[in-house]
Amino acid sequence: MIRLEHIQRDFRVGEQTVHALNDINLDVDQGAYISVMGPSGSGKSTLLNMIGLLDQPTAGRYLLEQQDVTEMDEAKQAQTRNRYIGFVFQAFHLVPRLTAAENIELPLVLAGIEPQQRQVRVAQALQEMKLDNRATHKPDQLSGGQRQRVAIARATITQPKILLADEPTGNLDQKSGFDVIQTLESLNERGITLIVVTHDNELGQRAARLIRMVDGQIVASQ
Amino acid sequence: MRTRDAIRFSWNALTGHKARSALILLAISIGVASVLLLTSLGEGARRYVNGEFSSLGTHLVIVMPGRNETSGVGLGNMMGITPRDLTLEDAHALTRHHSVRRVAPLTVGAVEASWQNRKREVTLLGSTSELIHVRRWTLASGSFLPQDDWARATPVCVIGKKIRDELFGARSAIGQWLRLGENRYRVIGIMSSEGRSIGIDVENTVIIPVASAQILLNSSSLFRILIESVSREAMQDSIRFATATIKQRHHGEEDVTVITQDAVLQTFDRILSTLTYGIGGIAAISLVVAGILIMNVMLVAISQRKSEIGLLKALGASQREILGLMLAEALLLSVLGALLGFAIGLAGSWGIRQALPDLQAVPPLWAVLASFIVALASGLLFSLLPAHRAASLDPVQALQGR
Repeated sequence: MIRLEHIQRDFRVGEQTVHALNDINLDVDQGAYISVMGPSGSGKSTLLNMIGLLDQPTAGRYLLEQQDVTEMDEAKQAQTRNRYIGFVFQAFHLVPRLTAAENIELPLVLAGIEPQQRQVRVAQALQEMKLDNRATHKPDQLSGGQRQRVAIARATITQPKILLADEPTGNLDQKSGFDVIQTLESLNERGITLIVVTHDNELGQRAARLIRMVDGQIVASQ
Repeated sequence: MRTRDAIRFSWNALTGHKARSALILLAISIGVASVLLLTSLGEGARRYVNGEFSSLGTHLVIVMPGRNETSGVGLGNMMGITPRDLTLEDAHALTRHHSVRRVAPLTVGAVEASWQNRKREVTLLGSTSELIHVRRWTLASGSFLPQDDWARATPVCVIGKKIRDELFGARSAIGQWLRLGENRYRVIGIMSSEGRSIGIDVENTVIIPVASAQILLNSSSLFRILIESVSREAMQDSIRFATATIKQRHHGEEDVTVITQDAVLQTFDRILSTLTYGIGGIAAISLVVAGILIMNVMLVAISQRKSEIGLLKALGASQREILGLMLAEALLLSVLGALLGFAIGLAGSWGIRQALPDLQAVPPLWAVLASFIVALASGLLFSLLPAHRAASLDPVQALQGR
């Protein structure tokens, strides 16, 4: 469902051109579980942002469900992002003034879904993430693990096909980190395509397919 | 995104940053309030002057001796001839026209009035029974001048309240003989104190028949002839008639000036309206200043909220939606600020009315509408740049707060 062909992403840093992604070719099937590992600056986050349509390739083609997303305009890309892709960040990125339920609701609000339908789906998501009794809490009243579960609920509320997680356990202690990983994996078992960027070897090894990146290139894929 | 959701989200963002929102609200409301306050003062002044003039009678045409306009050097000027006086006969001649309802001749002088051993200087008006109608005055008690032949010098007088109080005190003045100069006049009426009447202080005036006044002042000339037209439309007819009649009577010399109360009033009205527009405009500048403040605060706010904007983009908000959200915030602030400004401005003008009851300080409708529109426009206009900047942020960098 994801097909990257000769993807190039260059940044200019002063006089020099940095190849954050250098001739990336990648095929990902629906329901896959992939981890992306590599040293800092190897381009793994850029790859994730590229797949999530947050970043545009300098060259190459990106087909998402046979559609060339590089040819879409900005509004269409935003819509595609809303419908197909969910993000989970290391820093959670919850809106601090909104409650847990409101944070989860946000993608549905942006998509223009009716309020009644939103309520039903948010309630369901809260239950699945075992956050029922935290619905009206603000992010600063939640623990790290709870915050990341709110973020996962938000990422999956539109029932996307792809879930992108950038260091999802980076800011968590071991126990809540493991909790979060289990949550992500159970979502994968139900069919979502899961791509996790991580430094953590143990976490990386759990994935069905492990991609190693160095200097913007995929050096190993197993 | 639904409009209601967008407004709710923006409202949430505003209440989430109370200090920032309060600052902008304050700026806008001060701008709107100052527009309302200043224009209400201008409008109050206009109404005051209007009220003054309409108390003089609305369809009033005034004939004054002498030409007021400079139309080159006339023969009269060259030879040093003063214009012909207006006489009682002139005034009489002006009554004979269909456009004229009433004519009141008027002489003015200053004399000493005394009763028993009390004396004081008073303004003497010589006129006829028509004067009270033409000037819309009212009597406190007694009766006004009798409807006599104008040439008859009846020894009666009508006095103002102040004179009654100062000369007669608590005693009844009506029926007493008041001495004016060398002659004595029987008091037949007391004028009620007029709140306002430009030109003549009714309270300090003694009114006697015009023929009596001419004898007393030893002068046959009139100070003014007041003409009341039958209607507003007939005023031009009255002016033409008065000018032509006097010219004919004065052997072809057009040596009088005929003005209408209306013309004077319109001039004042124009001046004060222009003044009100002017100060309203100056006050509106403060709204533009408020707009610049909005821009400044929003630019700061956007750099503080970069990661939130990045997040919204990651969740599928397009540039247009981000732009819309930012503008909705500005619009909400502008509307609330304008409403707050209305409240302050209306309360302020109410305060002015309480302090100065003569000044009906009410902000004119155009000022209310214009200040609202200017507040919205400046709020929106000055947030376009920050909103556009927010919308075009790179999502990856914005998420990292860069």
